[in-house]
Amino acid sequence: MANEFVTRGFVGKRQASSATKTQRIPPGQHEVKDFPVLSAGPTPRVALDRWSFTIEGFVREKVSWNWDEFLKLPAQQFTVDIHCVTTWSKLDTRWTGVSVDTLLEHVELDPRAAFVTAYTFEGYTTNMPLPDILNGRAFVAYEYDGLPLAAAHGGPVRLVVPHLYFWKSAKWVTGLRLMDKDRSGFWESAGYNNHGDPWKEERYTGD
Amino acid sequence: MNLPLQWQLATIAAVRSETPEVKTFSLHLPDWMRHRAGQHYDLRLRAADGYEAQRSYSIASAPETEGQVQLTIEKINDGEVSSFLHEVAVVGDRIEVRGPIGGYFVWEAALGGPLLLIGGGSGVVPLMAMLRHRAAAGSRVPTRLLLSARSYDDLIYREELDALAADGSGFEVFYTLTRSQPSDWHGYSRRIDAAMLATVAGPLGRTPLCYICGPTLLVEAAANGLAEIGVPANRIRTERFGPSGS
Repeated sequence: MANEFVTRGFVGKRQASSATKTQRIPPGQHEVKDFPVLSAGPTPRVALDRWSFTIEGFVREKVSWNWDEFLKLPAQQFTVDIHCVTTWSKLDTRWTGVSVDTLLEHVELDPRAAFVTAYTFEGYTTNMPLPDILNGRAFVAYEYDGLPLAAAHGGPVRLVVPHLYFWKSAKWVTGLRLMDKDRSGFWESAGYNNHGDPWKEERYTGD
Repeated sequence: MNLPLQWQLATIAAVRSETPEVKTFSLHLPDWMRHRAGQHYDLRLRAADGYEAQRSYSIASAPETEGQVQLTIEKINDGEVSSFLHEVAVVGDRIEVRGPIGGYFVWEAALGGPLLLIGGGSGVVPLMAMLRHRAAAGSRVPTRLLLSARSYDDLIYREELDALAADGSGFEVFYTLTRSQPSDWHGYSRRIDAAMLATVAGPLGRTPLCYICGPTLLVEAAANGLAEIGVPANRIRTERFGPSGS
């Protein structure tokens, strides 16, 4: 309803950016230059000597890397636009990390694997259909803008799934669990959309 | 619940100045739904050419206030939506909203306590909803609010907070003013730190239920400080806004 409602007196402060840039901002989003921090609880301090990253669930054999092993995996640089459901978008963010495709080369997927839950150091979870993290669409990052990823932004390591709202990009991620069935994660169980495509404005349950 | 959250046209029923930079907008909702204290609404503004801007704002009113919600909104420099609301919107205007939204940073009387609320600036808004709900529900769980603001004039809801603290229900309020203080000031005069947290949180025991809302640096300081004095991480819920400062 009210799809054409015009707010009396509202003009808007359109950012003076090129048309191509404007086209990169999904509906209902606005561009920010800083990097806001949003988390549901305190920022955990993760000790690198106890850190590990695991792929498990519907795989033939689970695999884990410790910190040194993880750093030896083939890394790539990614420059991506990110979109938070709280309506900010940030363009051209620069990350270094390992593609999820690269990680999955180390396991044999059970043919029933159709969904994935990313889980984290402090217990946060988020869920996605498997195709959403394949074919170059997701990576596990440990550097932001050329520096080690700060704890407040999910360091030492966070998942980045830039084509979905940023709550899917789990901070302090410590593993991926392949699943045959979909299972709602933390925000997905608390009224947020199960999928979270910013271009379709999949913000909340039922959008 | 799988029903989509529908946009509806709210009517601005009242506007009240809280501080020089903060106003409370009372919105009449045709499809009012009881919220949980701590939740927010999304607002959508649209220009004649179809350009849209959307923001989320915390609900200030208690769930017990039926038929309307109050949103307390700080005017942000260059803020596209907040400056429109502060400078252009008037009583009688209609605004598209949808909500209530959010299921984690919420407190209901049934959750009990003791309750420790920590707010910075307009981060007090969702905490105020919790306090108003606590009063409306007749809850007497021991509750303390630590509110940080730049100056005395920037303390949102001060008179109401002082009145709630005087009603004998077990609520106490502590203020800290970080930039300037009146000459006869008896509250804190510094940023939130571990010593302040220990003093304020101490009497609530080892495991108070904590809600922290404010700018990122304040939330980080408060959450880390509470962890240092032994509050378990699963008792600390945070909501942050503003730049990361890094």
